[in-house]
Amino acid sequence: MKEIIVLAEHRRGELRDVTWEMLSKGRQLAESVGANIGVALLGKGVNHLAEALTPKANKIYLIEDEHLEFYNSETYEKVLVQLITERKPFLTMIGHTATGMDFAPSLAAHLKMPLATDCIGIDLQGETFSLTRQLYGGKVNALVSFIKKEPYMVTVRSGAFPVFEKDPLDGEIVLFPSPLTNEGLARRFLQYMEAAVGEVDITQADILVSVGRGIKDPENIPMMKELADAIGGTLSCSRPVVDKKWLPKDRQVGTSGKTVKPKVYIAIGISGAFQHIAGMKGAGTVIAINKDPKAPIFSVAQYGIVADLFKIVPVLKNKVKEFRKR
Amino acid sequence: MNIIVCIKRVPETTDADVFIDKSGKDIDKSGLVFDLNEWDSYAIEEAIQLKEKLGGTVTVISMGGEESNESLRKCLAMGADDAIRLTDPTFNGSDGFTTAKILGEAIRKIPYDLILTGTQAEDDGYGQVGIALAELLRIPHAALINRLEVQDKKVKVHRELEGGLEELFEIDLPALLTIQTGINEPRYVSIMGIRKVAKKEIKTLGASDLNLKAEAVGLSGSDIQLEKIFLPPVGEGAEMLEGKPEEIASKVFDILKDKGGIA
Repeated sequence: MKEIIVLAEHRRGELRDVTWEMLSKGRQLAESVGANIGVALLGKGVNHLAEALTPKANKIYLIEDEHLEFYNSETYEKVLVQLITERKPFLTMIGHTATGMDFAPSLAAHLKMPLATDCIGIDLQGETFSLTRQLYGGKVNALVSFIKKEPYMVTVRSGAFPVFEKDPLDGEIVLFPSPLTNEGLARRFLQYMEAAVGEVDITQADILVSVGRGIKDPENIPMMKELADAIGGTLSCSRPVVDKKWLPKDRQVGTSGKTVKPKVYIAIGISGAFQHIAGMKGAGTVIAINKDPKAPIFSVAQYGIVADLFKIVPVLKNKVKEFRKR
Repeated sequence: MNIIVCIKRVPETTDADVFIDKSGKDIDKSGLVFDLNEWDSYAIEEAIQLKEKLGGTVTVISMGGEESNESLRKCLAMGADDAIRLTDPTFNGSDGFTTAKILGEAIRKIPYDLILTGTQAEDDGYGQVGIALAELLRIPHAALINRLEVQDKKVKVHRELEGGLEELFEIDLPALLTIQTGINEPRYVSIMGIRKVAKKEIKTLGASDLNLKAEAVGLSGSDIQLEKIFLPPVGEGAEMLEGKPEEIASKVFDILKDKGGIA
């Protein structure tokens, strides 16, 4: 029987959301062509995760090995080359995450398998896949097809596919032998390092005034801080502001920063890359100020202002301050 | 320490109004400003800082037409020693994997200890070329590097994971690392700086120099192809607040009060 295999992504004893998202999408694709859905789980002492996956797949390929205690591209590649060569899935699905981005392209190259990365849409008609990806930082979408014949590999964007509740599958856990030996690895895991704890915790704030690349200059930070203070909110930011060292990392909202759920989120000069939106889409009310009417931030905002932020922010700041004085 | 950096020239679209061109397969690039891919600017800066500390050379490589010289020269002005441009009509339409294949054939001929690329490109966003290139060259690799330290024949790297977490690895050299933004502060290049390297030779290599047959590159050598592009569907969309700054500020103020945004 034809099969789709999803790679279960887990870290520190927990399956990551993208795993469930891929299993949901993978099952839908598999059922549409009468195929099975399988999931590969690599780790050490991860039996409980295998059990948790049984309702979501027909087969759970469990590869347990002490060398798999921590993710490492080298060990993952060795195991997955063996599994994919043996099981011959027509589609392998891996998260387009810090993990998937680190090894899916080399795994695909090793297996000479066509790869489409960072997919946000996957459609299957007969044997023909049609994939949706984003170009130019999400300004346009693209439909992409495979030129060569199956098997294929895709990496899947986190949060792009919803998780459906479906009848449980009562999947079988299959112990798959590990090909790993004590042979030296050219890449060795050392440790995890936690994010530095900063002076403020933006995840606890009810109101966030969040600034992006559009504020143009670090000299404009005090003005934004003043607005945040006047409102009684906390200053946060998008990635480019941290990359440019205008604000510390602990202020960053987004995939690689913090996930926030304030009552009110004011996005100032933030275009709204998907990594940013992933971190703030749980906010109550979103007000966005941006000069580009097509900025993706407007698709998640309830209120939008297309304007020069430097004309709006000072006026708004004064208005709030006046109100405070009364 | 000999370092190779792979770079790409891309259009700046962050603040630009983007339109689809007549082919329906790309955006209209007339009127757009082009620059070095943002991730690559961090990669070249990192390479130059390593060279300044450890000695050796930095070679910068790009696949593209003559216009790519502009980005290669920027890298030379930043401090790279040599620049190579891979160009051939048959290279057009190459996907991420095939681009890696072409880069790989050029890099095979150069001695190196370390290869740096950006984690991804601003335009197509594959995030594929660097990691596939490492596999083709059979060297160890790691993606999303936001800190690195060369120690003798090894490199210690920090990989940026989700939620602010980092993963530390030790990797034997030669290796390939894909660089994440924010790892350093790319140096400013003045017009004078670019002028100084204006006469510097940029070596070009074509398909025959790399022993690449036409069917192995371009669209015929690729695994995936782009069918069409379209503007992303807009959600329900925001209620747009219009008027003079004073009027807009009043509306925002009322919304803030209403939604508990002024405590």
